[in-house]
Amino acid sequence: MIEVRDLDFSRGSRPIFKNLNLTIAHGDITAIMGPSGTGKTTLLRLIARQLEPDRGQILIDGVDIATLSQSALYELRKRFGMLFQNGALLTDMSVFENVAFPLREHTPLGERLIRMIVLTKLHAVGLRGAAELMPAELSGGMARRVALARAIVMDPDILFYDEPFVGLDPISMGVIARLIRRLNDTLGISSIVVSHDIKELAEVSDHSFLIADGCVAASGSPDDLKKDSSEMVKQFMHGLADGPVAFHYDAPDYEKQLIGEAE
Amino acid sequence: MRLIREIVRPAQEFVRTFGAMTLFFVQLLRHTPWTLAKRFNLVIGQVFNAGALSIVIIMVSGLFVGGVLGLQAFANLERFNAEEATGILAGFALVKEIGPVITALLFAGRAGTALASEIGLMKATDQLSAMEMMAVNPMHRVLVPRFLGGVISMPLLTAVFTMVGLLGAHLVAVELMGVDVGAYWQQLQQSMDIDDVMEGIYKSIVFGVVASLLAVWEGYSAVPTAEGVGRATTRTVVSTAIAVLILDFMITAYLI
Repeated sequence: MIEVRDLDFSRGSRPIFKNLNLTIAHGDITAIMGPSGTGKTTLLRLIARQLEPDRGQILIDGVDIATLSQSALYELRKRFGMLFQNGALLTDMSVFENVAFPLREHTPLGERLIRMIVLTKLHAVGLRGAAELMPAELSGGMARRVALARAIVMDPDILFYDEPFVGLDPISMGVIARLIRRLNDTLGISSIVVSHDIKELAEVSDHSFLIADGCVAASGSPDDLKKDSSEMVKQFMHGLADGPVAFHYDAPDYEKQLIGEAE
Repeated sequence: MRLIREIVRPAQEFVRTFGAMTLFFVQLLRHTPWTLAKRFNLVIGQVFNAGALSIVIIMVSGLFVGGVLGLQAFANLERFNAEEATGILAGFALVKEIGPVITALLFAGRAGTALASEIGLMKATDQLSAMEMMAVNPMHRVLVPRFLGGVISMPLLTAVFTMVGLLGAHLVAVELMGVDVGAYWQQLQQSMDIDDVMEGIYKSIVFGVVASLLAVWEGYSAVPTAEGVGRATTRTVVSTAIAVLILDFMITAYLI
């Protein structure tokens, strides 16, 4: 179980989270949603302690991660898998070596066993045939699928997905969505998915948090969020331009700026 | 008031950066024994990248720098009928000064920029973050092997540069200008002792540490954008060149 308690975090003078509280249950697929720039990816990095909060606690299975030494933190991270938004594949290694990387780093497994595990994971994401390609030879969607194979190669307890559906074609999107569900249920792990893709998230997630203005604006099952009556939730869930979340960045009056009366 | 602010702010920034770089250097040293023990193959790989792949540029430069030294030494010593001392002049210049300094400058241009841009791009594309998430310390996997690869390569490259430079000076002075081959080598051998050679070796070790540290630091602290990586690469060359020239003066002044 992951608990975020009274979390404050800011970048420079810009506050990202103000008194954020949420609990992610074990075994669930939890969706973190919210408008761009609300700090969804930042939240993942805080949970993995790649960033330090200004205030508050993050507890994983009851342990405050801020109290962990570096070696204890690295031990904890062995239980994590993370799919980065851009894949973050190591560019000097082939697809096969990228997926094998955590196994070579953390296990004494022999070459035959590593090969078998890597091919199994690559097969799961449909890229067994691309094992010998280099990252530069992959499309964005393929790179993300390889990154997913790498994220699951150590059979983690907690899987973080940062925008797993961006840039994928509809077939890959469906496959990845089903894979997220299957991995979660078969391995009995917890999955945290950061995404804008409401339709796909509604199909796979058990619980959702909608984050806005630095705190949880709404939470519940995908159906609960769809039925939520607040203006902000309705605007986000139905993709409306008008509502409490401004589409336009702060700017002077449009007409005045066009005719040169404003900067 | 504004003038004072404009002076104080860059000074503060310099002190802050220097402090952060010093702490980074301590971190590199702290992780060095573990990396040498457990990741020696990565260090060897980086000696190949920083050292072996720089050999051609080092040899070509050494040959021509040696040739120019031979020409200048011969032309000027001939005025005093001392052209047989060409070997001494070219040899001392190469072993004590030009060899270590030009090798360090070439290293900054060839290997230093490659190191800084590679690490900067790894940071910009989240590869370092991905390693951390996979419980792999980038210090062990990326930074220390590259730093050590540079430190080990520099004295070796300096030795190659100096030897090829002496050969270049020999080709010009002996083969082209007709200086006696025996006089060229014998005078050089007789007048140079081990302290002179050690001066060049000390310098090459110090330059190796400084050039590698600056390259790895600039890459690691780069702003993770295309522009940031470009700036880090440029800064690597500029700061290494300045640091090497200042340190060269300081070491020479200390050893003389």
